[in-house]
Amino acid sequence: MKKLISILLVATIALMCLAFAGCDNANEETSKAADTSKAATADLSGMKIGLICLHDENSTYDNNFISAMKDAQKNLGLSDDQVLIKTNIPEGAECYDTAAELADAGCNFIFADSFGHESYIIQAAKEFPDVQFAHATGTNSQVVNLANYHNAFASIYEGRFLAGVAAGMKLNEMIEAGKIKAEEAVIGYVGAWPYAEVISGYTSFFLGARYICPTATMKVTYTNSWFDIALEREGALALIKAGCVLISQHADSEGAPKACEENGVPDVSYNINTSYIAPNTAIIASKINWTPYYEMAIKAIAAGETFDTDWCGTIETGSVQLTEINEKVAAAGTAEKIEEVKAKILSGELKVFDTATFTVKDPATIKTNEANFVSADNYKTDADGHLTSYMADAVADDAFTPDTDVIKDGEFAESSVRSAPYFNVIIDGITLM
Amino acid sequence: MSKQKAVKEPFIHITKKRNDMIWWKAWLIRGAAVLLALIVCAFIIVLLTGYNPIEVYKKMIEGSFATKRKVWALLQGIAMLLCISLAVTPAFKMKFWNLGAQGQVLVGALACAACMFYFKSTLPSGLLIVVMLFAAIVAGMVWALIPAFFKAHWNTNESLFTLMMNYIAIQLVSFAVASWVTSGSGVLGLLNADTNCGWLPAVFEQKYFINVATVALLTVIMYVYLKYTKHGYEIAVVGGSENTARYIGINVKSVILRTLAFSGAMCGLAGFLLVSGTHHTVTETLEGGMGFTAIMVSWLAKFNPIVMVLTSFLIVFLQRGSSEIATAFRLNESVADILTGVILFFIIGCEFFIRYEVHFRKKHKEGEE
Repeated sequence: MKKLISILLVATIALMCLAFAGCDNANEETSKAADTSKAATADLSGMKIGLICLHDENSTYDNNFISAMKDAQKNLGLSDDQVLIKTNIPEGAECYDTAAELADAGCNFIFADSFGHESYIIQAAKEFPDVQFAHATGTNSQVVNLANYHNAFASIYEGRFLAGVAAGMKLNEMIEAGKIKAEEAVIGYVGAWPYAEVISGYTSFFLGARYICPTATMKVTYTNSWFDIALEREGALALIKAGCVLISQHADSEGAPKACEENGVPDVSYNINTSYIAPNTAIIASKINWTPYYEMAIKAIAAGETFDTDWCGTIETGSVQLTEINEKVAAAGTAEKIEEVKAKILSGELKVFDTATFTVKDPATIKTNEANFVSADNYKTDADGHLTSYMADAVADDAFTPDTDVIKDGEFAESSVRSAPYFNVIIDGITLM
Repeated sequence: MSKQKAVKEPFIHITKKRNDMIWWKAWLIRGAAVLLALIVCAFIIVLLTGYNPIEVYKKMIEGSFATKRKVWALLQGIAMLLCISLAVTPAFKMKFWNLGAQGQVLVGALACAACMFYFKSTLPSGLLIVVMLFAAIVAGMVWALIPAFFKAHWNTNESLFTLMMNYIAIQLVSFAVASWVTSGSGVLGLLNADTNCGWLPAVFEQKYFINVATVALLTVIMYVYLKYTKHGYEIAVVGGSENTARYIGINVKSVILRTLAFSGAMCGLAGFLLVSGTHHTVTETLEGGMGFTAIMVSWLAKFNPIVMVLTSFLIVFLQRGSSEIATAFRLNESVADILTGVILFFIIGCEFFIRYEVHFRKKHKEGEE
């Protein structure tokens, strides 16, 4: 058996060498992430990558990681034997066992995609110091201080804001066409968990929509699950029944987009372009493209270089993207408007979490926050309800202690202390169902 | 027995075997079933994927045996499934349809995790483990005793009752996690990761050793309990006929309660092993469907604890093989699940030929047997 494996290995390495002769151009084209010349030309034949996913391709979230990995594999000219994809790995000891098995199989870069995988990946990182581990959406790399443990995320709130712009355009179109009155511009949002990643996502989406349609308000419902087709569907249906005229979601199945299609309610999606299941209602989706991160990390490891233990992708790195606009559904001029706003974000003229654009003063909002473990002691506001100070739990600890004031220069500085979001306050205009 | 010569004899008719088949004949049939299953699967593999079936089977075996770590992961998987299967067996043998193993395991796990959460800084690890073990066993026992009490006193339907108790247990776990994890993420993560307080220690450098050894011991105990003790006999009699049991002076109520307490306690113990020895956390999906798979394991083995080692091996082996195939050939795991389904179908199906005889109509009628 060993002999067979070694023969196979030698054969793949030989094939790799051949493949590489023709792949250099492709590499240079795609390496938008800042690379030193050494990393750009590193020999990748010794690389073996393991990807650990909570679900499989049927989850839009995991699908996004898997297809990005396949793109990176193609761009870098890696063989299938060099990229091992493990799907349906629960957030338990199986995650550690899988990571360890991948390390045993010779992987030198192991990436896990789900929030609950984190503590098991850290456990594996401690045991395999020569293997680089990375974890998406995690919060602990700055605390555990392991050279081989990395967190990664992206400033997806910028993408969400732009997706919100598309939603705002659609709402305006409906108001102008007389389909709804201005005050009926109610958005519905199906969220997974009442957690910062989700709250940051829907707030930036809402701010984007309200940037275009000032009368917009939003209702949010949680499924308390990352992937539950039936619950997400029910959530969307309940929101539609409650008068929401446009739906968006941060939960990983096709439940909500399909419910929207059946009811003819426009939908802004996340992770993947859902127009293939909702051709008459899907407008656009924001997504994180993980390919730039994968490529950056793979090249750095192959060159023997270190890379950030906490990495935050941006629009510039190609990590924050919008999918193609479904012109059939989107309001006229959406593409132009998005480009215009995007330019403002890139130039720094427009800040997504500009504290002047939102307030926390409605007693009902404050009560909701208290119920969500964000007490009024955590933040200060001026007379109008704009945040002047906000203590976020940006440095991970078991008790979730608020530790860092993240209001800087009139902005809630999301993803600046660490890549994973920590915006967890409910703002006026958003109500929980 | 009956001699109704006037009735037309059907083309096929099936009778139960009067005598048990000789053991080697039965195993020959089972072996043939596995072989047939593999051949059918080979066709499916070639038709659906175009891969070489031999390579696929090889990967399947590698999934469990390629490295020492994989062998231990296999043993751990078998141990957990077997533990829950052993737990449900006495109740099933008594014809008490306990579908609540999932809930009984979960409340055990929850009690265990709660001890880890609340006592992490007040108790030393050794003492904490004892407290956890005790809490888990009591919790599992109580969860099984509630439906047993209602069954024994008011003859309520235990299948529905135990099934509903599962949902309550799941909600209890999500309630506990939501109140412990105030960030709202719903992820508890490894408990006491820095101190390992309340974690079962590794023995011979194997973190799953205690789990595996405990379940091995339980298997023997359960075998002896069911086969050679008075309790075991009473269970068999109550299972056979409650009236007979009453007639010979067995207190049926107390047998039901006692057996379910034992069953629940073992589920609680499984919860303890899952939290303290395996995951070191609690989630709604901690038992991973084993509470129901255990029923199949137990039935397939005809309630014989020793045979259950084999049946749970079969199931865990197939699961791990599926995952390995999915990665090696970049197939969706559903393809691998289809293969697992086919193999299980043949294995369960072949029991028919072991237990029943098929008679075809014969031209020359013989006298009824």
